Amino acid sequence: MNQPLPVSEAFHPQLSVSGLTVRRGERLLFADLQFELRPGGVLLLRGPNGVGKSTLLLALAGIVRPDAGTIAGAERTELHLLNYQSGLKGRLTVSENLKFWQAMNGANGLTVAAALDAVGIGGLGVLEAGYLSSGQLRRLALARLLVSARPIWLLDEPSAALDAEGEALLGRLIDAHRGRGGIAVVATHHDLPLTDQAGVETLILGGAA
Amino acid sequence: MSAFRALIGRDLKLAFRAGGEALTLVLFFVMVAVIVPFAIGPDRPQLTRLAPGIVWIAAFLSMLLGLDRLFRNDDEDGSLTLLRHAGLPLEAVVAAKVIAHWLMTALPLLLATPVLALLLSMSWAQWGQTVLALLIGTPALVSFGALGAAVTVGLRRGGLIAPVLILPLSIPIMIFGVGMMDPLAGSGATLFLIALSLVVTAFSPFAAALALRVAGE
Amino acid sequence: MSVDTVKQPNWFSRLAHPGQFLAWSRYLIWPLAIATGLSFAIGLWFAFFNSPEDYQMGDMVRVMYVHVPNAWLSQLVYGVMAVSALGTLVWRHPLADVANKAAAPLGAVFTALALYTGSLWGRPTWGTFWEWDGRMTSTLVLLLIYLGIIALWRAFDDQLKAGRIIAIVTLVGALNIPVIKFSVDWWNTLHQPASVFTKDGPKMPGSILTPLLVMMLAFTLLFALLQVVRMRTEILRRRAETLSRQAALQGVAK
Repeated sequence: MNQPLPVSEAFHPQLSVSGLTVRRGERLLFADLQFELRPGGVLLLRGPNGVGKSTLLLALAGIVRPDAGTIAGAERTELHLLNYQSGLKGRLTVSENLKFWQAMNGANGLTVAAALDAVGIGGLGVLEAGYLSSGQLRRLALARLLVSARPIWLLDEPSAALDAEGEALLGRLIDAHRGRGGIAVVATHHDLPLTDQAGVETLILGGAA
Repeated sequence: MSAFRALIGRDLKLAFRAGGEALTLVLFFVMVAVIVPFAIGPDRPQLTRLAPGIVWIAAFLSMLLGLDRLFRNDDEDGSLTLLRHAGLPLEAVVAAKVIAHWLMTALPLLLATPVLALLLSMSWAQWGQTVLALLIGTPALVSFGALGAAVTVGLRRGGLIAPVLILPLSIPIMIFGVGMMDPLAGSGATLFLIALSLVVTAFSPFAAALALRVAGE
Repeated sequence: MSVDTVKQPNWFSRLAHPGQFLAWSRYLIWPLAIATGLSFAIGLWFAFFNSPEDYQMGDMVRVMYVHVPNAWLSQLVYGVMAVSALGTLVWRHPLADVANKAAAPLGAVFTALALYTGSLWGRPTWGTFWEWDGRMTSTLVLLLIYLGIIALWRAFDDQLKAGRIIAIVTLVGALNIPVIKFSVDWWNTLHQPASVFTKDGPKMPGSILTPLLVMMLAFTLLFALLQVVRMRTEILRRRAETLSRQAALQGVAK
């Protein structure tokens, strides 16, 4: 379980956001948001429910259209989004699910078997995903980030449904991702067990607005 | 291209495992044709005369019935959002799903048409023409359907609204499809149907993808 | 990806801002109402007392003065909706989807009136209230499209999202309407080659044309008036909803 992930080529992403303003309906969620992430950087989004953490991630993911501002460096095919909707099909087996996303997003990461091993559900490949527990499903969703190597991870409450050991795993995955130069933007209520706290910034939403 | 095939493959696999939805649709298609003689009488010459129209109505209704599944499941489990970051543009994602949907809904209906031909005492020539017309017309029906499914994807009551939106727009397909079998019509109807089907099939992934993008916002 | 959506306001977008629209459109209502009333008075006087009977249809020809304007509006309103759909999709203008939403029921009513008066008119001509005539059939399909769009408006909770999605439907409909018209005409000639109407429309003497044009103007003004009123109502309704939502959210924050 604790073996290091295979090191592959390094990423050189640069995500910069300036003047970002997003409304939902006529309600202003946040205005004039500004930040910049360099390779290896992590941005933690904090704040109470309903202040727009998920919406900010969706804006970075290119799903929600901002009302003003620029987002540079977040190419559609350079990022992974992980939120409460897993995009997994209960009627497909665990490896079929993973193979599908590998085919869709590009097979430039781990193999399906290696990714399942890495998230600790290596023995469950032939099981239909509908039989997984919510924690196991979350691990499968994490494995999706590993089979296609992409420099930017946008994670919305990634530790939801994970046990203590799963949270440690999440920390290791993000560490390894940063080690290759990857960037992560994480909306979370928990502190992430990251080994290197340097380069971790925190953005608290909902303070001024 | 492999991503395109993978998406079609996944949708087909899901359809097969979800317990023969295609079979249910075929059953509905046949049932519509079965109730017609009860409504208009079992007079064979009359049935023969009306058969192409009945087959088209049955196909129309069956296609509308299956529409809701096109994007809804993928929307509910988040696949649709994640597919926005796939190596394929969203337009290609829609096109792949339309092809898969055609294979799962229209193709089984085409295979079931001999049963209808028998029940409605169609001649073999009439049956052949009907199948040809459906072969040309159903891609356009599915494409309009994709548009209807895309604009109603976030709606709980979308299942009923999509058919109501799509039906009037699909009338030309019905007209030329049935018109192909009219001895007076000549080849005009066939050419119109082909042109219409090509344009609608080529155009609708763009409109549907636009609608899906807006729905995701 | 790079998104840059800072807009430079020009005179038009200032004038068409919902708040500005509310302010200046107020001065439009009375003049429009008066012009509508006047042209109806003149048009109806012409129609009833100063136009000839038809040698075949007699007084029934006067139905035309209501039927033709409604048929004209059934298409004009869709044109207005298509233009506002472009405004929604291309310029993302907040007033454009209000215009689309306000126009849809008006278009449906005018289209229904066109069908109703058409069938009244058709009764003495065809001997039946409904005939699958090319124009009547196309108009019926148009009514179905209007009703579908209205149903879609009512199905959405989020009216801003609804505006953009319905704009797509409206434009697809606009592209499709000529195809529907063509296919229905084709189908019609296939089944009943003889049509009551000639292709270029009946030749009209001035004594019929004048009241007809006045009535068309009157109905168009009526549409403009109702459209402005409905748009104002819709903007105010959205404002009220926003306020009540904000109040609810502030209640949560406290």
